[in-house]
Amino acid sequence: MSETPADLRVQTRTTSSTANRPGAPKGSARTGRTKSRPADAIFKGLSTGAASLIMAILAGVAIFLIIKAIPAITANWTTNPQLTTGVTQGHSSFWTYVAPLIWGTIFVSAIGLLIGAPIAIGIALFISHYAPRRVAGILSYIVDLLAAVPSIVFGLWGIFVIRPFLLPLTAWLNHHLGWIPFFSGQPSTTGSTVLAGSIVLAVMVIPIITAISREIFLQTPRLHEEAALAMGATKWEMIRLAVFPYARSGMISAILLGLGRALGETMAIALIVSPSLIFSLKILTDGRNSQTVAANIALNFPDANDLQRDALIGTGLMLFVISFVVNLVARVIVDRTGPGAKGRKAKRRSAQLPPSDPSTILLTDDAAGPLHTSRPTEGSQPA
Amino acid sequence: MTASSVSRTSVPRGPIVNSLKSGQLPRFVELYAVVAALAISAGVLAAIGFNVVGWLVIAAIVYLVGIGVLSSLVENRRKATDRVVRGLVTVAFLIAMAPLISTLYTVIDRGIGVVNWNFVSTTTKAVFNPTTFKVTTNIGAWQAVVGTLIITGIAALISIPIGILTAIYLVEYSQKATWMSRTVTFLVDVMTGIPSIVAGLFAFSLFTLIVGPKAFSGFSASVALAVLMVPIVVRSSEEMLKLVSLELREASYALGVSKFATITKIVLPTAISGLVTGVMLAIARVIGETAPIFIAASFTPNLNLNAFMGAMETLPVMAYSEYKFPSTDIQGSIAAAWGAAFLLIILVVILNLIARIVARVFSPKGLR
Repeated sequence: MSETPADLRVQTRTTSSTANRPGAPKGSARTGRTKSRPADAIFKGLSTGAASLIMAILAGVAIFLIIKAIPAITANWTTNPQLTTGVTQGHSSFWTYVAPLIWGTIFVSAIGLLIGAPIAIGIALFISHYAPRRVAGILSYIVDLLAAVPSIVFGLWGIFVIRPFLLPLTAWLNHHLGWIPFFSGQPSTTGSTVLAGSIVLAVMVIPIITAISREIFLQTPRLHEEAALAMGATKWEMIRLAVFPYARSGMISAILLGLGRALGETMAIALIVSPSLIFSLKILTDGRNSQTVAANIALNFPDANDLQRDALIGTGLMLFVISFVVNLVARVIVDRTGPGAKGRKAKRRSAQLPPSDPSTILLTDDAAGPLHTSRPTEGSQPA
Repeated sequence: MTASSVSRTSVPRGPIVNSLKSGQLPRFVELYAVVAALAISAGVLAAIGFNVVGWLVIAAIVYLVGIGVLSSLVENRRKATDRVVRGLVTVAFLIAMAPLISTLYTVIDRGIGVVNWNFVSTTTKAVFNPTTFKVTTNIGAWQAVVGTLIITGIAALISIPIGILTAIYLVEYSQKATWMSRTVTFLVDVMTGIPSIVAGLFAFSLFTLIVGPKAFSGFSASVALAVLMVPIVVRSSEEMLKLVSLELREASYALGVSKFATITKIVLPTAISGLVTGVMLAIARVIGETAPIFIAASFTPNLNLNAFMGAMETLPVMAYSEYKFPSTDIQGSIAAAWGAAFLLIILVVILNLIARIVARVFSPKGLR
């Protein structure tokens, strides 16, 4: 702080001349023009370096998995002595080994979502629109608590509680609805079924889907809701007409993020389901269950030899790619159509209008809000 | 608007009813209906054989059907739909409560008898009694407790600086439009979606390529956990730094304070409670991970204090391995698994409590 004003001026000029560096202060409101000191430069370098490290880590994850997986993918699975024994026995190539696993991963996750997603959205609605305001905070905290329970605990719970609990239902479904492919086959006597695994998966994805949908339901413009109610709509009609159109893209991305979690879930499936490497639709049997990638890795990794481990890493790479794509699609939907970008802007625009003229507010709010899904500029998906 | 103007626009069929006054169910009808449904369900089940789950399920179905029929008879179809949906949404919430309560009850019920000081402070081993010449298995979780602290501690040491510095970069240094800022934000989003087992495989691949085969070590597991933890820390820290009001920064710059000093003396202290809360919740998230540690550090019943050499296990891995690979004393192993799960739950609850307390006590006054 000992510089004279002249010094300061010189410093300022030098800073502004280098202002076209990426990340340098460009006179935005946040970054005022300040002079640079060594500590500044070091700290900036550190934080930029940390951000670059993120890119390096993600690239590293992909690269190291690929390096390890390539020997197993290119190996000859019918003649290589390391691959003709044990877990990889009887597969003609890496792709015939991984295909049923990918099928199983998607199948089990889909059933988990089928059970979990409607319940999760119901809970989100309950918290955002049905529960009394005072209780809503506590209720959402309880649902968040569900997310804090480690998956291994749910796995053990699934084994000791859910498996015996589902046995009567398994027998009943198989006896009465056995003609449906899902419920066919010899019913399980131990309970280690895809159904049990999917239910535990559903419990795990519920808090994720609930948390995201709840936030989006709460962001629905009040004017839309009140307009619907004022027209004489019942609460459900209000939700169907005002809340769901607004939140549709958010709900879809919430479900996709839940799917991402379900795809990677390992321990619950590894503990509960007794699998085999087949394409199976059955969810009530003991030995004819599809297997997921993650559970297969966890179960076979300790006993595998080196090349088999590489093969398992290869299946993990496939899982990485699948969940990457699912997350990508979810994020793109959020960015394109989520209320984050447009909703907030719309709210701000309506807030700038003079409050004395409610009709104008309604008009602008209507025009800017994503209620009109048919309008392509709003970016919502076509119905 | 009068009734005549309404009837002119739409052709009425039958007598016009005043929808505001006609056909309303009494105010607490839903409460009565719940009680009635529970009673009917109990009556039905009393004939077949009573169990609590069946009772509640049948009561829910009876209630939903009953309120729907009643409301569509007395009121109209729209109101009936509304009441049924209200019932469905409430049922959905109650369904979600069941696993939470059941899980916590099961863990506490089965774990509380196992967990004592001996369980926490000794390792699992066979104990030979010289007077009776009998070998008994002593179940203990000391190796897992130590492993949990070491592995999670190193993971936190790696990921907290990276996470917070990245958040500082995103909030303080980068402009929104630059490609790097957008890329980093996007990659952090993608990283939150990495399946945990893939992080374990990554650490295993990395260390087998560096160290060679049999590369199981606590540090390897820490790297796997750090991959999972960094995006969580970045996300929460970013939100917290964004909450610091722009006026504070501008006031600091107006006084000629450098950017570095503004961040370390103004922004970080203001956001510190939020940062600590975020870090605590991130630790609570990764401390319960099983798969990556199982892959990267394997499991062992022995105490291992060297993070860079040899297998190491954590509480969730212990719970898994004791159940999946039990010793000859199967009941003892299962008890140990539940004990480890119970200890884990306690740890997670403590971390969550610390996070809440920090958020409440250290939040800057007069800012939020």
